[in-house]
Amino acid sequence: MTSNVDHSPDRGRRMRRVLALIRKELIQIVRDPSSVLIAGVLPLILLFLFSYGVSFDANELAVGLVLEERTPEVEGFVQSFTSSPYFDVTVVRDRREIEDELQSGRLKGLVVLGQDTIEEAARGGPAPIQVITDGSEPNTAQFVANYARGAWQVWREQQAFNRGGDVGGLVAFEPRYWFNPELESRNYLVPGSVAIIMTLIGTLLTALVVAREWERGTMEALLSTPVGIVEVIAGKLVPYFLLGMGSMMLATFVGIFAFGVPFRGSFVLLLLVSSVFLVAALALGLLISTVTRNQYQASQVAVISAFLPAFLLSGFVFEIGSMPSVIQAITHLVAARYFIACLQTLFLTGNIASVIVPNLLALAVFAVLLVALVARNTKPTLD
Amino acid sequence: MWGRLKALFVKELLAVWADPRSRMVLIVPPLVQLAIFAFAATQEVRNVSIGVLNQDSGLASRELVARFEGSPTFTEVEQLEHVGEIRGLIDSQDALMVLHVGPEFSRDLEAGEPASVQAILDGRKSNAAQIVGGYAESILSEFGLERSHENAQALPSTSLETRHWYNPNLDPQWFTVPALLGILTMLISLIVTALSVAREREMGTFDQLLVSPYRSVEILIGKTAPAMFIGLAEGTVIVLASVFLFRVPLSGSLALLYLAMIVYITAIVGVGLLLSSLSSTQQQAILGAFVFLVPAVLLSGFATPIENMPDWLQTVTLVNPVRHFLDIIHGVFLKDMSPKTVLSFTWPMAAIAVVTLSAAGVLFQKRLG
Repeated sequence: MTSNVDHSPDRGRRMRRVLALIRKELIQIVRDPSSVLIAGVLPLILLFLFSYGVSFDANELAVGLVLEERTPEVEGFVQSFTSSPYFDVTVVRDRREIEDELQSGRLKGLVVLGQDTIEEAARGGPAPIQVITDGSEPNTAQFVANYARGAWQVWREQQAFNRGGDVGGLVAFEPRYWFNPELESRNYLVPGSVAIIMTLIGTLLTALVVAREWERGTMEALLSTPVGIVEVIAGKLVPYFLLGMGSMMLATFVGIFAFGVPFRGSFVLLLLVSSVFLVAALALGLLISTVTRNQYQASQVAVISAFLPAFLLSGFVFEIGSMPSVIQAITHLVAARYFIACLQTLFLTGNIASVIVPNLLALAVFAVLLVALVARNTKPTLD
Repeated sequence: MWGRLKALFVKELLAVWADPRSRMVLIVPPLVQLAIFAFAATQEVRNVSIGVLNQDSGLASRELVARFEGSPTFTEVEQLEHVGEIRGLIDSQDALMVLHVGPEFSRDLEAGEPASVQAILDGRKSNAAQIVGGYAESILSEFGLERSHENAQALPSTSLETRHWYNPNLDPQWFTVPALLGILTMLISLIVTALSVAREREMGTFDQLLVSPYRSVEILIGKTAPAMFIGLAEGTVIVLASVFLFRVPLSGSLALLYLAMIVYITAIVGVGLLLSSLSSTQQQAILGAFVFLVPAVLLSGFATPIENMPDWLQTVTLVNPVRHFLDIIHGVFLKDMSPKTVLSFTWPMAAIAVVTLSAAGVLFQKRLG
């Protein structure tokens, strides 16, 4: 007998063993309501929140307008604020009436037009109008300051027009936002949330499941059977791979068909990129479980090494380019960063090779390295 | 009763403290998170690369482009030769914005006609694009106003003086670092509580605890106290780091902050116990914790402002303890918030704590039969 013939039934037996392991794991997944919760319910909650509520698109900002005197000149100024789509204006006579509201956070800014300002303006002297913002929310404060300047300019142009003069020389700004003309933040938050969900399934869930096996000693038992390490790992990876891909497709389809998020790339590429990312995420989960061998520790390590970075260091919510260079360097170690870049481009722009290829390669490097680390670390030990 | 409670408390604390690896998981990550996320979590937009396509040969357009090159926001300004180059530059994300000055620009300006400048922005990053669009617009309007100075002399000489209260330089860390006090203490106390009961259930030791002479209230107190203790300890570390490392001013009362923190952590522990009572394995408890955690952070005003949400969703955020605590943290740190206002944000958290703790109590009792 040649070794070739000898090999074939062995391979068949191995295949059957892996399939049996996969079946066992799949049954466990289906039976446990928590995996349905994380793979089915959480994606829907996220999509819903991103579609209907959580957004960067500023609504009307509540500001107070303090007018110590109302003259016809001032009416135009008030008008320019009340007609601005960006402001919800409360007009009062005395700033003491509403200063507390700035502290409680109900108002985001105050615009103060004092009596002396009005008198100065009539005399032609320098007449400063005060804009006070709530700096405790720097981003919102910036918006208030910019919109107030805009309203003030509208008023000045109006004044010039009323006097028959022209303000010539003004430059109009005509921005066009490609790929997302309405600037709906859901259009890039939904693709990003796919990465968050796959991180939770791939890394956190897998780390927990395998850590439990170590905790109970069933992993050691499994490894001491004739089943090889590769088969054990495959038996764990495949079911959670299927769960993760299923969840990704659920999020993608609901995002596209129910919430109108565009998809301009190819599905094949989406599947490919997601698969590579998921393999990396799963391998990280396995690695964590093998190192910690304890569910509590595994969960903490998974949160710190995968979940929070996917949220904060991936370009999902916060711009990587704006971070200090040390932090930017750290983001290169976050697999989700490359995945999110691919997702946003595939959803909103299309198959742009110059974005997809380098990011996909980076993901592949992660996947290979992590799988190799897992293979090296998953050994039965008797401690 | 106190002796027994103390024994239970020590036992619970040991469960997460005894093993050096568990200890490390408790201490190191929050510090690393604080350090990294304090710098990462900023909505500011900096170091932006843009492209400029200037088809105008006049002096005015060159002056305008020079202003963009001189702006600290735009670190890289690439000059384009023709329209066809725009697409590639935006598609590959090499530029967030391409400014397009048409051939008529200088002539329109000289003639006193309204001139315009076009910009193409990458909507994939709609938040950053919007902010960069805002910067560009302000550069343009300043440019225009200066040019129209002569024409504008007839106007009343008003000017706008902007002051940012509570954070005069709009330092983003003054917002982020205190906010992490709310997020990170929730993360740790929620997971510690959710796991405490689930771990014993999984191992079968919970039944032993139930047949012990402890009353169920005592068991609940024993289960909540360590999480409270750990949460407060981590909170204290973050407060110290905020003040001494990140130099965030603590303008309000520390006592009020701690009062609110105790109520907040109690509410979070209540949620953790509720999750614990609903789950029979650690895996269910942790995944349940995440299904609470992610929406709670998203609806807290940390990543996106509450006022951007539709009214009905703003109402929903009222049952989110994180939202109230973040209001208090920013109020006490930056605004020297009055006790009255702090209390007005504290009682909703107290109500949440009462509801979740009693619900957990009822569910435990039911399970015990």
